[in-house]
Amino acid sequence: MTSMVRKALQFGLFLLLAGVIWFSFSTPAPQQQIGQASRIFYYHIPMAWLTVVAYAVSLIFSIKFLRTKRELDDYRALWAAEIGTMFCVLATISGSLFAKVTWGVYWNWSEPRMLSIFLLLLIYGAYLALRAAIPNPERRGILGAVYSIFAFPTVPFFIFVMPRIMPSLHPTNSVVNQNLKFTMGLEVRLIFFVSLFCFTVIFFWIYFLGVKLHRLKLEHAES
Amino acid sequence: MSSKSSGWVNKATAVLVKDIRTELRTRYSLNALFMFAFTTLVVVSFSLRQAALKVDILAALYWIIIFFASMSALAGVFIKEEDTKTAQTLKLYAKPSVIYTGKLVYNIILLLLLCLLVTPLFVILMDVSVPDPLPFVVVILLGAIGLAGATTLIGAIVAKANVRGALFAVLSFPILLPLLVAAIGGTNAVLSGDGWIGAENDIKLLIAYAVIMIAISVVLFDFVWNG
Repeated sequence: MTSMVRKALQFGLFLLLAGVIWFSFSTPAPQQQIGQASRIFYYHIPMAWLTVVAYAVSLIFSIKFLRTKRELDDYRALWAAEIGTMFCVLATISGSLFAKVTWGVYWNWSEPRMLSIFLLLLIYGAYLALRAAIPNPERRGILGAVYSIFAFPTVPFFIFVMPRIMPSLHPTNSVVNQNLKFTMGLEVRLIFFVSLFCFTVIFFWIYFLGVKLHRLKLEHAES
Repeated sequence: MSSKSSGWVNKATAVLVKDIRTELRTRYSLNALFMFAFTTLVVVSFSLRQAALKVDILAALYWIIIFFASMSALAGVFIKEEDTKTAQTLKLYAKPSVIYTGKLVYNIILLLLLCLLVTPLFVILMDVSVPDPLPFVVVILLGAIGLAGATTLIGAIVAKANVRGALFAVLSFPILLPLLVAAIGGTNAVLSGDGWIGAENDIKLLIAYAVIMIAISVVLFDFVWNG
C-alpha cells in the first residue's frame, strides 16, 4: 500500500468517526424510555464487541504459538490481549455508568452480561499477571497460551448458559429481539454499524502497528 | 493393546500412590489444608454466632470455605515436584497424560477428604437442616471433582512461575466462576428442600463442566509439563 492510499484511508476513517460522534448526538435518542443516556449504545457495544474480538485474536495466536513456538506469534497473542484489556476496562466503565442511569446501581451481580464482561476482565488480568511472573520468555509464552486456551470455555458459558438461568436486566429487546432481528430505525442502525466498523478498524490498526513495531525490533536485534 | 492400557493405569496408580505416600510421611499440605479449612469455618461460624441465616447465604458460605481452603493446597502436588527437583525424573518415568491422571486423582481424593471434614462440621456449627441428603452429597461430590479437575492444570502452570501463592487464586478464580455459580445454585436448591428436581440443571452443569475442563486439561498438560 502506497503512503498516499494509506493517508486517504486514514482520513476516511477520521471523517467516518467524526460523523459517528456528530450524528450520535444530533439524532433523537435511540431508546425513548431510557432517553439521552441510551446514546452510550453507539460506543459501549463496539467496546464490548472488541473485547471479545481481541480475546479471539489472542486465542488464535496462542494456539498457533503452541505449534510454531515463534516469538512473533506469542507477541501477537500478548498484544491483542493488551489492547483487549483496554477495551474491556472501557466497556466495563461505560456499562457501569449506563447501569447507574437506567437501574440506579453501578453494579449488579445477577446481570449475566455484567458477569461476562467482568469474567473477561478477570481472565485478561490473570493472563497478564501470569506472564509477569515468568522470567523465561519461551516458558512465559507457552504457559500464557495454555492459560488463555484453558480459560476460554468459561466465556461461552457466561454468554449462552447464564442468560437462560438468570433474568437479564439488559435492554436486549429494545435493540435486538429474541430472533436477533433489529427493531430499531434505519438511522440508528446506520450510526451503530458505522461506529462498530470504525472501532473495529481502529483495533486492527493499533494491533498491526504494534506487531510491525515488534517485528522491526526483532529484526534489529538479529542484525 | 490390553497390556498397554493396563500398563498405563498401573503407572498412573504408581504416581498416585507415590504422592499419597510422600504426603503421609510429611503431612505438609494435609495438615495445612485441614487446619485452614477448619479455621475458616470456625471464623465464619464464630463471627455470625447464632444469626439465623437464609439458605442461599449458607450455600454461598459453604462454597467460599471450600474454595479458599482448596486454594491453599491443590497447587502443592506440582510445586513439590519443582521444589525437590523431581520433575525431571518423573518426566523420564511416564507420559504427561499418565502423570496428569495420577495428580488429578490425588487432588480429587484430597478435596473429597476436605469435604468429608468440612461438611459435617458445617452442618453442626451452622445449624443447617438437610432435607434430602443424597442430592446434597451428589452436588458436593460433583463440585469437588470439578474444582479439582479445573485447578490441577492451574497448579501445574503455577508451579513453573515465580510468585505462586497469590497467583494460584488469581488464575483459578475466573475459571472456577461457572463451577461456583452451579455449585452454589445446586446446594441452595437442595437445602431449600427442592431435591433432585430443583438441582437438576445445576447437576447437569457441574457434570458438563468437569468433563470439559478435564478433557482440555489432558490436551494442554503436555505443553505445561514439557514447557
